[in-house]
Amino acid sequence: MSWVGRSLPRLEDPTLVRGAGNYVADVARGAASVRFVRSPVASGTILNIEKPPEGMVFTAADLVGVKGIKPILHRPDYVPVEQPILAKDRVVFAGQAVAVVVADHHAAAEDIAEQVFVDIEPVDPALDVDLALADGAPVVHEQAPGNVLVEGKVRTPGLDDVLKGAEATIKMEIRSRRQAAMPLETRGGVAQYDRVTGRVTLFASVQMPHMLRTGIADVLGIPEADLRVVAPDVGGGFGQKMSLFPEYVVLVWLARHLSRDLAWIEDRRENLMAATHSRDQAFTITGAFSSDGKLLGVDADMRSNVGAFSCYPVTCGVEPLMALAELPGPYAFKEYGARSRGVTTNTCMMAPYRGVSRPTLTFTMERMMDVAARRLGLDPVEIRRRNLVETFPHRTPTGLVYDQGSYLATMEAAVAAMDLPAFRQRQKKAWESGLYLGFGLSVFNERTGYGTPAYAARGMDIVPGYEIVDCAMDPSGYVQVRIGSSPHGQGLKTSLAQLIADELGVTPQAVRIIAGDTDATPYGWGTFASRSLVIAGGASKLAAGKIASKLKAIAAILLEAKADDIDLDDGLAKVRNSNKSMPIPELARAAYHQSHKFAGLGPGLQENAIYDPEGTFSNACHASIVEVDIGTGRVKIERFLVAEDAGILINPMIVDGQIHGGVAQGIANALYEEVVYDEIGNCLTTSLADFLPPTILEIPTIEIIHGCTTSDASITKAKGVGEGGLIGAPASVINAVVDALSPFGIEIFEMPASPQRILEHIRGKRTA
Amino acid sequence: MTDKVSMSLRVNGASYPILVEPRRSLADALREDCGLTGTHLGCEHGVCGACTVLVDGKPVRACLMFAVQANDVEVRTVEGLANGDVLHPLQKQFWENHGLQCGFCTPGFLMLAVGALEADPDMTEEDLREVLSSNLCRCTGYQNIIKAVKLAAAEMRK
Repeated sequence: MSWVGRSLPRLEDPTLVRGAGNYVADVARGAASVRFVRSPVASGTILNIEKPPEGMVFTAADLVGVKGIKPILHRPDYVPVEQPILAKDRVVFAGQAVAVVVADHHAAAEDIAEQVFVDIEPVDPALDVDLALADGAPVVHEQAPGNVLVEGKVRTPGLDDVLKGAEATIKMEIRSRRQAAMPLETRGGVAQYDRVTGRVTLFASVQMPHMLRTGIADVLGIPEADLRVVAPDVGGGFGQKMSLFPEYVVLVWLARHLSRDLAWIEDRRENLMAATHSRDQAFTITGAFSSDGKLLGVDADMRSNVGAFSCYPVTCGVEPLMALAELPGPYAFKEYGARSRGVTTNTCMMAPYRGVSRPTLTFTMERMMDVAARRLGLDPVEIRRRNLVETFPHRTPTGLVYDQGSYLATMEAAVAAMDLPAFRQRQKKAWESGLYLGFGLSVFNERTGYGTPAYAARGMDIVPGYEIVDCAMDPSGYVQVRIGSSPHGQGLKTSLAQLIADELGVTPQAVRIIAGDTDATPYGWGTFASRSLVIAGGASKLAAGKIASKLKAIAAILLEAKADDIDLDDGLAKVRNSNKSMPIPELARAAYHQSHKFAGLGPGLQENAIYDPEGTFSNACHASIVEVDIGTGRVKIERFLVAEDAGILINPMIVDGQIHGGVAQGIANALYEEVVYDEIGNCLTTSLADFLPPTILEIPTIEIIHGCTTSDASITKAKGVGEGGLIGAPASVINAVVDALSPFGIEIFEMPASPQRILEHIRGKRTA
Repeated sequence: MTDKVSMSLRVNGASYPILVEPRRSLADALREDCGLTGTHLGCEHGVCGACTVLVDGKPVRACLMFAVQANDVEVRTVEGLANGDVLHPLQKQFWENHGLQCGFCTPGFLMLAVGALEADPDMTEEDLREVLSSNLCRCTGYQNIIKAVKLAAAEMRK
C-alpha cells in the first residue's frame, strides 16, 4: 500500500484548528517587551538621540563589540556593504532601527519609544532605481559611488548578428513595482535567558533557524553552542523570514546584557516599512524574431532596486543574478545578452519573495511573446509552440540544464481546457456589446530543489543547498525524523511522513518529524526556493531506506529468509511468496534489545543521509480569462486555470494548496499590491488597507490540471512546486487584460496593472 | 490612562477576573491576561481579521475593541469551538479539506464563519463569500476555505 500520491489530511492541522498552535507571540508571556525606534527619514546624518529620563533605551553606542551584518559574494563586481545593528552616524532608509526600548509591557515600551527624539539632518535620498543610476544621483554607500552593488553580464557571440538581421524587433520597457511578501504573521522573536548557563534560546518566526544562529553568533562573537534558535509554528514566510535581521541580534544581545527574557513582536506598520521588499525592477528588453515567429535572441538591461542593504545570507545578488541567469525561461532561443544590476537606494532592503525575480522575468517573456504574435500576425498559442523547449536535457545560453519537462504538452493541455475557439467567438460578440473580455497565457518553468552546486556557481560566501536527515525507528516501532528544513505552512511534515511511511511499511501517523530547533535537528538550510520536499524529501527517503535495509536484515535472521525476499508493508515484514511475517515493532525492539543476535549489523535503528542535488525544473502554463470594466478599470477574473507538471505528487491536496496560494499572490502582484514611497522616501503603504492584499472576492476559482513528467534529477521523482503559482499568474492576467483591451491598441508593460493605470491607458494618458 | 480596572471577562463559558488598563484591547486581554493565545493578531488595524472572536454571538475584531467594553458580554474564541475531543464541523472540514496552511488566519476565519452560520445556517455561497471577504489569508488563495465552510454549513444544517 502506497501513501505517496494520497491527499492525506495534514498531520499538522488538529493542533492548528484548535488554536493551539505555538506561534512566537504565544511564548512571549512573562517576557519584557522590546520596541524599536525607527528613522522617520530616508537619508540623513544623526545629530543627536535624546532619551526620555525614564525608561531603558539603548543605541548603537551601547552595542560595544557587536559587528554589523556584512553578506559576501565572491564576485569582482560585488560591493559589500555593512548593515549596522542599530544606525550609528547616519540613516539610510525610513524605518531603519535607530534605538531600542525595553519595558515591562509592549504598551509601555511604545509610550517610551514615542518619547525618544532622534535628531536627523536630512539629505536628499536616492529612491527610484533609474534615478539612482543617473549622473549626480545621491550616493547611498560611499564604497559604491554609482549605487551599483552587484552587476552580472552575459553575452553570446552571435547576439549582435541576430539583432541586426531580425525581421521583427520587439522593444519593451518592463516595470515591476515594489512588492512585499506580507506573511500574515509578522516577524518576531522571544529571547529566553538561562541564568544558570548564560545560554539564550531565541524563539523566532523564521525560515532558516540554523542560519540565523550562525549569523547572530558571528555578529555577537559568541559560540554558536551558547545560542539555541527555535522556529515554532510560523505564520507564513514567503521568503521574508529567511534573512538575518538586526532586530534578532539586538534581542539576543539584550537578553545577555540584561539577563532577562525579552520579546519583540513586530507590528504591521513595521513589517510593511522595515522588514523586506521585493521586485522593484526595471528591464529594458529587445527581442529579435524571424518572420515565422522564431525568437532568435534577447538583449536585456535589467535593474533591480535592492534597497539600502544586502540581505544575509543570499545577498542583494538574489534578484539581479536570478534575472540574469533565468530570463530565457521555457524558450529555446540561442543568443542572449544581459546586463543585470543590483542598485542600492534609500529604501527598505530587498530580500527574496516567493518567485524571486521570476514573476518579472515571466512577465517579460510572456508579454514579448504576445507583442510579437500581434506584430507578426500569429496566434499567441502558435508563437509559443514555435519557441518552447521540446528536447531535454536542454542547455540554456546561461548554462542551466533543464531536466525532462513537458513545456509544450502542458501548454496544449491548458489551451484545450480553456476552449479557445469558443472564447474567441464570445469575445468578439462581447466587444460588439461593449464588454471587454480577454484571454491570457503564461508559460514558464521553475527551477526547484537545487543544492550547493547552484549556489556555489553564484559565488556565495555561504553556500546553502544540501540537507541532512537523521532518521530513527525507536524500540516501539515509531519513527523520529530530524530535519534541517524548517517548514512554515507547507505541510512538509505530512508529505515527508508519507514518503518515509512507504519506505518503512508503517503509517504516516507513526512518523514524527522534528524541525525548526537547532538543538534537535542537524544543520540545514531551512525552507525556501521550492527546495524542502525535493531535498529534505530525498534525504528522508535515503535515510529511511537505510533503516528499511536494516529491518529487512534483522527480519531475514529472525524469519530465516533472504533479506531480498522481505517486503515492509502494512506494519509487517513479510517474506515474499510465503505466509511468514513479523510485526515491524517487534523487529525494532529486537534491534535495540536483542542486538547480540545480529552480529555485524550494530545495535539500534538510527541512520542519517545527505541529499545535495543539482536541481530539477517543474513547468506550468497559466491561462486566464478576464473582463475589464473600461469605466472603472476594474479587472474581474472570470476563469483561471493552471496546467502544471511537477513530477510525482506526494500529497496532491498539498500541491494544489501551494498552487492556490501562489496564484492568489500572483493575482495580487498583477492587479493590486504595491509598496509606494513618496518623493522624500516615506513609505506610504504601511497598513493592509493601503497595501491591498486581495480577499476572497478578488480571487476566482482556480482550476488545476496535473501532468507527470519525471526525471532522475530528483530521487523521489517529485519536483518543487512552491513558487510557480506566483511566477506565472501575473503575466497570464496582464496578457488577458491587454487582450481584452486590444480594440484600444494598448500595451501594458507595468505591474500591478491597477484600475487607475488601466484607465490612464484607456484614456491615452499612460504610455507603455 | 494607565490606572488599571478590575473586571471579569466571560470567555467560552468561564469567568476570568482580570485587571487591565482601560486602553488594553480585547485581543491583548484574551491573549495575555486569559492565556487564550488562539486569537491571533495580524495587523491591529482591523483589516486582516485574524483576531475575530464572537461577542454575544457576533463576529468582532478583538483588536478594535477594548477589554473594558467586554464587561457584560459573552466572548467566544477558537479554544471554545471543539467539544472535548470532537472538533466543530468547521474545524473538521478545514482540516479534511486543507483549508489552512500556516494556520495563522485560521482561528479568525473559523470564528467569522461560526458567527455567520449560527446567525443564518442557509446562507448562499455568494453571501458566504461576502462574509469571508472580511478576513485575509495569505496562504490558501481562499479556495479550500470556502470549500470547507460550505461543507461545514451543510453538516451544521443536519
